[in-house]
Amino acid sequence: MQNEEIIKRINQLLIEEIEIDEVQISPAADLKKDLGIDSLDFVDLFVIIENNFGFKMKAEEMSDIKKLDDFYNYVIRRVHSN
Amino acid sequence: MKRVVITGMGIYSVIGKNLGEVKNSLYEGKSGIIFDPVRKEMGFRSALTGMVERPVLKGILDRRMRVGLPVQGEYAYLATIEALKNARIDAAFMEKNAVGILYGNDSSALPVVESVDILRKKKDTMMIGSGYIFQSMNSTVSMNLSVIFKFRGINFTISGACASGSHAIGIGYLVIRQGLQKVIVCGGAQEINPESTASFDALNAFSTRESEPQKASRPFDRDRDGLVPSGGAATVILESYESAVRRGATILGEVAGYGFSSNGEHISLPNVDGPVAAMKLSLKEAGMDASGIDYINAHATSTPAGDENEAIAIDQIFGKSRPLVSSTKSMTGHEMWMGGASEIVYSTLMMNHHFVAPNLNFDNPDKATARLNIASSTIPCEIRAFLSNSFGFGGTNSSLVIRKING
Repeated sequence: MQNEEIIKRINQLLIEEIEIDEVQISPAADLKKDLGIDSLDFVDLFVIIENNFGFKMKAEEMSDIKKLDDFYNYVIRRVHSN
Repeated sequence: MKRVVITGMGIYSVIGKNLGEVKNSLYEGKSGIIFDPVRKEMGFRSALTGMVERPVLKGILDRRMRVGLPVQGEYAYLATIEALKNARIDAAFMEKNAVGILYGNDSSALPVVESVDILRKKKDTMMIGSGYIFQSMNSTVSMNLSVIFKFRGINFTISGACASGSHAIGIGYLVIRQGLQKVIVCGGAQEINPESTASFDALNAFSTRESEPQKASRPFDRDRDGLVPSGGAATVILESYESAVRRGATILGEVAGYGFSSNGEHISLPNVDGPVAAMKLSLKEAGMDASGIDYINAHATSTPAGDENEAIAIDQIFGKSRPLVSSTKSMTGHEMWMGGASEIVYSTLMMNHHFVAPNLNFDNPDKATARLNIASSTIPCEIRAFLSNSFGFGGTNSSLVIRKING
């Protein structure tokens, strides 16, 4: 899967599954402050990511992920390392 | 002691999704019972059930509020929206006043089954997601609605088996009467799905008259052969009389008395003395005697033993005055955790629209039920006050007396 495809898929999942407003989506967006993703939404992201990308996110890896761009890079890294 | 009145009601039921539809169904004697082929395939002894479509709340409630809400919470949300509107209580009132919630609910089976199914399949709790914990707890309705509506008063769930909804109104009445709250959202909710009723079906308690679903629930009739499970949600806004008058609210009825008792005997077999004690206490609390009651909404679920014992109990107290009696479960089926609240809504609708709804399928009495004045068809009449019975497993009994307000 190409990086662009991964980013497009993440955006689509955030819009459809977490119901983030499309206009809020940008790489610089802060996951909590701008997108309103709280700790419970993160729990659902674990499920969404495994079902769509086939890997398990680890809670301890989430502490460094602040911006949407960080999340893109994390998923891209995990997809390519699988 | 404060007087306690009903200033709003809302309903999402197998006989209608709002007060208007339900009032018409009650008047016309419409049944909400169907044959559900899914249950037969699953191995149910009886595939009969009350049925109402699942609400679609996407676009109405945001995702975080929806993911923790089980189906009975969805029913309860819609019933509560209608009840608050009916009571003309808005967000501004709730900001100024600590509104409470006491809701009856005694299971949330489907989310428990679904979340454990995921765990067994995936062998990883992280794959369960964030919603199931809030959907699975018995207090799911009160916890979700208190967040959605921003209630800041008393907040918990009453689990009292098939009397849960009635006890919720009874406890709400006591709390307001004590002067501790002005307004409490009371009610009862019941999920409709095979998972929540499979173990009940195992007790041989359900009617197997599958060839005639709408004739299966026949409370007090000689040929009754069991209950039909059902569900939905009903909300009743209880308010202190002073608060209602100050707001200029329409008063739909006064909660005059709450009686309760426990049989202290068998876990599933009902008796006579427990219901008699609950009914007597409700009349005593209301300061009324039996002759003041014009209508009894019976618990009668259409089981052979339950209906017989209730008929004997009613006859012991009301044998002289012989008020009209009907069981709306003949139309709705047994709404279990919801029933005690919905039957207050049904009966209050009857009181305010001047009729008694029919006890469907009452074709022939038996020895015990022949003693009652059962309304086998719709009867236009004035109801000054009614009594509503709700009984449950473990021998829990609740009786509520509601009367027209007399200044």
